[in-house]
Amino acid sequence: MKIDASHVAKLANLPLNLVEEKKFEKQLSDILSYVEKLKEVDTKNVETTSQVTGLENVTREDETATSLSQEETLSNAKSQHNGLFKVKAILTE
Amino acid sequence: MNIKKYQPVIGLEVHVELKTKSKMFCGCSADHFGQKPNTHTCPVCLGLPGALPVPNKKAIDWCIMIGLALNCKIPLFSKFDRKNYFYPDLAKGYQISQYDEPFCQKGFIELSNGKKIGITRVHMEEDTAKLMHQFGNQKSKIKNQNDEGYSLIDFNRSGVPLVEIVTEPDFENAKEVVEYLKKLQQIVRYLNVSDADMEKGNMRLEPNISLTTNNKLPIYKVEVKNINSFRFVEKAIEYEIKRQTESLKEGKIPVQETRGWDEDKQKTVTQRVKEEANDYRYFPEPDIPPIRLSELQITNYKLQIKELPDAKLIRFIKSYNLSQYDAEILTRQIGLANYFEESVKVGKPHQISLKQIANTIINKKIDIKNILPAQLIKNIISSQKTDDIGEDKLREIINKVMKENSKAVEDYKSGHENAIMFLVGQVMRNSKQKLDANKVKEKLKKVLQ
Amino acid sequence: MNLNSLTIKEAKVGLKNKKFSSVELTKACLEQIKKYNKDLNVFITVTEKEALDSAKKADELILSGQDLPLLGIPIALKDLFLTKGIKTTAASNVLKDYIPQYDATVVKKLKDAGAVILGKTNLDAWAHGSSGENSDFGPTKNPWNKDYVPGGSSSGSAAALTADMCIASTGTDTAGSIRLPASFNNIVGLKPTYGRVSRYGIVAMASSLDSIGHFTKTVEDSALFFNVTAGKDPMDATTLEKEYTAKPLNKIKIGVDPDFLSKSLEIETLNLLAKAYNVFKNDLEIEDFIPDVSLSHQEYGIACYYIIQPAEVSSNLARYDGIRYGLRRANFGDEAKRRIMLGTYTLSAGYYDTYYKRAMQVRTLIKQDFDTAFKKVDAIIAPVSPTPPWKLGEKINDPLKMYLSDKFTVTANLAGIPGLSIPIGFTSKGLPVGLQILGPHFSEELLFKIGCAYEQATKNEIWRKLKPKL
Repeated sequence: MKIDASHVAKLANLPLNLVEEKKFEKQLSDILSYVEKLKEVDTKNVETTSQVTGLENVTREDETATSLSQEETLSNAKSQHNGLFKVKAILTE
Repeated sequence: MNIKKYQPVIGLEVHVELKTKSKMFCGCSADHFGQKPNTHTCPVCLGLPGALPVPNKKAIDWCIMIGLALNCKIPLFSKFDRKNYFYPDLAKGYQISQYDEPFCQKGFIELSNGKKIGITRVHMEEDTAKLMHQFGNQKSKIKNQNDEGYSLIDFNRSGVPLVEIVTEPDFENAKEVVEYLKKLQQIVRYLNVSDADMEKGNMRLEPNISLTTNNKLPIYKVEVKNINSFRFVEKAIEYEIKRQTESLKEGKIPVQETRGWDEDKQKTVTQRVKEEANDYRYFPEPDIPPIRLSELQITNYKLQIKELPDAKLIRFIKSYNLSQYDAEILTRQIGLANYFEESVKVGKPHQISLKQIANTIINKKIDIKNILPAQLIKNIISSQKTDDIGEDKLREIINKVMKENSKAVEDYKSGHENAIMFLVGQVMRNSKQKLDANKVKEKLKKVLQ
Repeated sequence: MNLNSLTIKEAKVGLKNKKFSSVELTKACLEQIKKYNKDLNVFITVTEKEALDSAKKADELILSGQDLPLLGIPIALKDLFLTKGIKTTAASNVLKDYIPQYDATVVKKLKDAGAVILGKTNLDAWAHGSSGENSDFGPTKNPWNKDYVPGGSSSGSAAALTADMCIASTGTDTAGSIRLPASFNNIVGLKPTYGRVSRYGIVAMASSLDSIGHFTKTVEDSALFFNVTAGKDPMDATTLEKEYTAKPLNKIKIGVDPDFLSKSLEIETLNLLAKAYNVFKNDLEIEDFIPDVSLSHQEYGIACYYIIQPAEVSSNLARYDGIRYGLRRANFGDEAKRRIMLGTYTLSAGYYDTYYKRAMQVRTLIKQDFDTAFKKVDAIIAPVSPTPPWKLGEKINDPLKMYLSDKFTVTANLAGIPGLSIPIGFTSKGLPVGLQILGPHFSEELLFKIGCAYEQATKNEIWRKLKPKL
């Protein structure tokens, strides 16, 4: 199937150049053709499995725990200002 | 001539911030308002590599209680899902929310006009970080391509528990929306799960507004964001209805978009028109096991919900023989309602009338935080204490007053009942003491016979 | 004596009996690293100073009579495990300067158990790979033959152990990323039951499939290490514990899926497997060897996996936007970009039912295959890789071909069951081959029992004496 690599890249927030787009379009098509194999399987009335543990109702009490310090929080930021992370302007909402 | 009658079709999405101690998926403090930036963060709410979410039980409890208070059905099975999109205030690049199996579904709120506003769903999600914009040197909201603008992010709010309440598009005008919001706010405050303060941002709303004719389904929808106070809800909706009406009258279908309410300009403005609708690529959250409730647990939730505003109002009117007006004031906030009832209890052995207590509380703007019910009753009792100056002295003052106010005496004798109140007042003033007004009135009546 | 070629058990005995110190042991490992790391490209970060400090502290504790499960034992960590204050890169340019603000739960546990951390090992970036060639910092080479791949994605951890640069090492297994490199390096690799070891603080690849495991020289060492890392973690809502007692060996039934042998196995691998199967059948004194346990949906494992995993990957890698840490998304390597695109596509509007939902249904069937099989037998033995290690560069231009290397390992991840990869010999070219023992959820104890028995039965085989020529 033909994938609109440009559209997918936008959704994925991945900046791709035209060469990459073309390359991925082909590779992804190949992979998708392979996974079409699943259509051979009779999945009628088969439940989905999204977790294998069978766990349910795992929660925590509403208690506070120690947070990171402001310094630790910002320690890997490329750009900061007055204790805040800084990014290029976003057009207003 | 074709006079089209445009019917507004309005739906509402409200987000309520829960006042839990800790955040939705981590132990950071959920108290973020006015705190030093980026000091209530941890690997989880900061979206650091390897961090994992663990849901806050109390937040889930409170979401379900909100749903029950809104007459929702609580399915026995529900789960969290990932809502994937990119934005700088979204640490993980996805928001943990609920998609097709939310905690609460299909409820309603009844308005004073008897209309039921359908509640489609009530679900849990996590809040985003706080984004602040600065454009070059100007605080202008319009970005100039050449401006060296930047945005600043504070993750203290990231991960705070939010309950989203979505209505069916059942509203037909702005007034209904405002009444719904006030009722919702009151319910949530009664449950004591949120401060629901629009100005502080712990209750946010997004109406979607369309116009249609002949009860047909609307063919477009406009969302309005950035309405931050009750004052502006009505204005914003009415502005939008007007704008859409004008557009339709010109034969133009309003663009399906998200608009922002501009407080300064008092109008809605286009935000960047999205070329395509957001594709959130929802899928079940693999890091959080689903929630399975039992009927018994749901019953327990119901038992935890104490009397809600509508029921309290009805009971106050019935049990305390209050007027609708007085009862509404007394039940507006649960704190005040409890104070009133406590005062009634305390006042009973002293035979203080309900009406007196109600009037005192309502009219005298009692500081209920600092004056305990017992003190209030004491104050009422002492204000009622009257001096007894003796029959002779009273007779003396009455005679004086009658002499000095012959016109009033004439008026009363000729049938004007109210004139006696004037005379009573004069007697009270002349005595310079606290007399029992009723006693004075009775005495005057006798004398004037 | 080469201290660094000891097992955990041997090292512990030696330390206890004061035959040598942890500092000496650690120095021996560090020496080995210094000698061969440049050539083999095993470690991304070596924490020499911190390691020697830890070793010194360990020696003090040993002197005072203290005993902890891994006290003074030098280990290496796959560079997906967050280490506070120590650079953690996931072998990607995106994180090449990232210094974590916290330790993974497993790292904490290992430290608390007294382990000495030597450094962070190379891997396929983001755990995306089966050969080690997808690292943004150059591939790791197989110490047995430097022209060949060590297997991936835990390439560095496997190579480090087989090259005697450490006494044990950690890894992750999402489709075979521990079992495959273990089989390519003549070492033991454990993929635990999903949920038995905490994922908190480990860079997530595919959340519902990632299993946190380790490499050791012997099965006994593997059990020892597992006791330290396993356990429910309040920071990871998908962890759990369950009671399980393994049957005695003479009550165990081992099964084989005959299709595995017929499904285009490389000839030398096939022969070594057949030989190993005979040991299981004849020499281990188990109750029964059942040669026809069918896992009917096995062939759909890769297709199922390559829908679910990229979907979860595309979401898990969304946090890397360069704002709070790391570099921007243009710095992702090709394989990461490929998987992000694939996952984004299959989850996007209109495709969810066709791909993701269907894959989740097939996953149920694959899990049921194992549930059914384990009613008939207690454990299954199977190949790990369809071929012995391949040459560097051989599969790199054909992503799909590379993906198919996981066809025997991937179904264990889809079902969440544990798998123990053990060495069974070498090809004529001197390349290692392994076999995996699979059991039901929580049956690690059983796998260790079977693995130990095999080790015992084959302990005198000549190939066990081989060492890589570094």
